[in-house]
Amino acid sequence: MIKNIFSKKKKYASIPSGHAKYDVPEGIMTKCPKCKKIMYSKEIEKNLKVCNNCGYHFQMGARERIASLLDHGSFLEYDSDMRSENPLNFEGYLEKLEKDKEKTKLNEAVVTGEGTIGGFPVVIAVMDASFRMGSMGSVVGEKITRAIEKAKKKNIPFIIFTASGGARMQEGVLSLMQMAKTSAALKLFSDEGGLIISVMTHPTTGGVSASFASLGDYNFAEPGALIGFAGRRIIEQTIREELPEDFQTAEFLLKHGQLDSVLHRHQLRDTLINLLDIHQAKGDVDW
Amino acid sequence: MVGELEFEKPIIELKKKIHELKEFTKTADVDLSAEIEKLETRLKNLEKEIYDHLSPWNRVQIARHPNRPTTLDYIELLFENFFECHGDRYFGDDEAIVGGVAKFHGIPVTVIGQQRGKDTKDNIRRNFGMPHPEGYRKALRLMKQANKFNRPIITFIDTKGAYPGKAAEERGQSEAIARNLFEMAGFSVPIICIVIGEGGSGGALALGVGNHIYMLENSTYSVISPEGAAALLWKDAGLAKKAAETMKITAQDLKELGVIDDIIPEVKGGAHRDVQLQAKHIEQALKRSLKELTNMSGEELIRHRYEKFNSIGAVIDEQVTNTQ
Ligand SMILES: [Zn+2]
Repeated sequence: MIKNIFSKKKKYASIPSGHAKYDVPEGIMTKCPKCKKIMYSKEIEKNLKVCNNCGYHFQMGARERIASLLDHGSFLEYDSDMRSENPLNFEGYLEKLEKDKEKTKLNEAVVTGEGTIGGFPVVIAVMDASFRMGSMGSVVGEKITRAIEKAKKKNIPFIIFTASGGARMQEGVLSLMQMAKTSAALKLFSDEGGLIISVMTHPTTGGVSASFASLGDYNFAEPGALIGFAGRRIIEQTIREELPEDFQTAEFLLKHGQLDSVLHRHQLRDTLINLLDIHQAKGDVDW
Repeated sequence: MVGELEFEKPIIELKKKIHELKEFTKTADVDLSAEIEKLETRLKNLEKEIYDHLSPWNRVQIARHPNRPTTLDYIELLFENFFECHGDRYFGDDEAIVGGVAKFHGIPVTVIGQQRGKDTKDNIRRNFGMPHPEGYRKALRLMKQANKFNRPIITFIDTKGAYPGKAAEERGQSEAIARNLFEMAGFSVPIICIVIGEGGSGGALALGVGNHIYMLENSTYSVISPEGAAALLWKDAGLAKKAAETMKITAQDLKELGVIDDIIPEVKGGAHRDVQLQAKHIEQALKRSLKELTNMSGEELIRHRYEKFNSIGAVIDEQVTNTQ
């Protein structure tokens, strides 16, 4: 079922719980975790959730992201009703899903659909770290795969915003296999000349970073985003040394050849439009 | 004037003299116009005399001129909407090579080139335009992308060579260069290469397997630097000038040897004298080249490139071929 549930007015009521501890008092004021400045939440909101003072990028929910990027009113959502099963009969799993549904008003950790950016049609998938830490289970894998297949069928670019703690433990090996499923879909799409743009946002780790997040023709990240495969603590325990401060940040990845660019949220839309334009341009040798 | 070269001194001195006379006539009540005119004619002849008879070593000096325009200078002047892409997706982002997507008169293209620094600080960041394996692997990644999206590839060659270092060897400098030669032979999009400064050895060739290869009039392209050649051949790096004359490294030499397709004329005295005008000269060559190559199919482009390199070499083959 395809429903247009694009909503323009987004109340601050659904701030990601991970950031609730910074709110003083909750909702009206927000404290920047980096520079510690206390600001009106509305002001940050208006600034695309970037700190006016130090440029810190707050996490952005899937709906906010879509509203900030796509041409107004152009978004058409795919598979909004798809829900998880409990394949391992994991105790408490379904209850946890219910709780997150209520908290986030999302059915799962990814929102997929189509729309236009600067007039260019795209299929877009946006993960939301506030739903089960953005972890990937069967629904996330299936929705992303279907979105890629839609892009292939329609012959339009596929853009993915990742934000994920990795594979969803409660679905066991089925979660692991979503990495292969989504990557295979991207391969077939790519072989037909499909354009893939990945934007990694905070945090993009584990099975998500080791599959579709890293497979863009262009791989971008937001400033300061944590991106990596294995967790920092596990690595430190394994190698028994302390890791550098900037380890696994977007800037660290850029330096190590993994990203085309680190894009400030304010540049994001224009950069995407420029690339979409270059990729659709036919241009004649008419001189 | 900044950065004048030794062989240009007579020109500079004459220009200075003319300038002084002009200044003098402004304040003094004497008519020196006849004298000035004479000197200006002499200047013209002198410029012609010097710039039309540049020795290979003179050209090496121009190609190495600190103000010589770099890849990014030309990118800014020749293309629209340039977006730089970083990283090889394996190890690092080598800033001795820059690359990205852009438009050339509305046509999407991929542009790649070695990048020298403009000053000491910039040169340290760019490693003096001498790439590591990750630079070549970034270039290859971008070329593969161009091939996927059917965009012509334009490369600017400007390097003393691939970086001779420990880390570069550990990460497979040879493999990285070889891989580029191998893969570039197979791309079904037009590849146009322009040597804009020094084309140093394998490090240059790794961006050089093109359908059309151009050299700026005062650029060089060689198997080894003149200093390196002198050291190897005569155990004396001081004989670089002699090596430059012997090794056939100028655009004119390479045209004669059939290695390059054409020479792009340079602004008198070198590209650094007028970057805008130099870019115009390059633009003309690119337009001509693209017009010809975009008419060819992917298969034709591969064959065209293959035959081009297949025919390079000097052999005497006395064996009579059997015709069936
Ligand atoms: Zn701040």
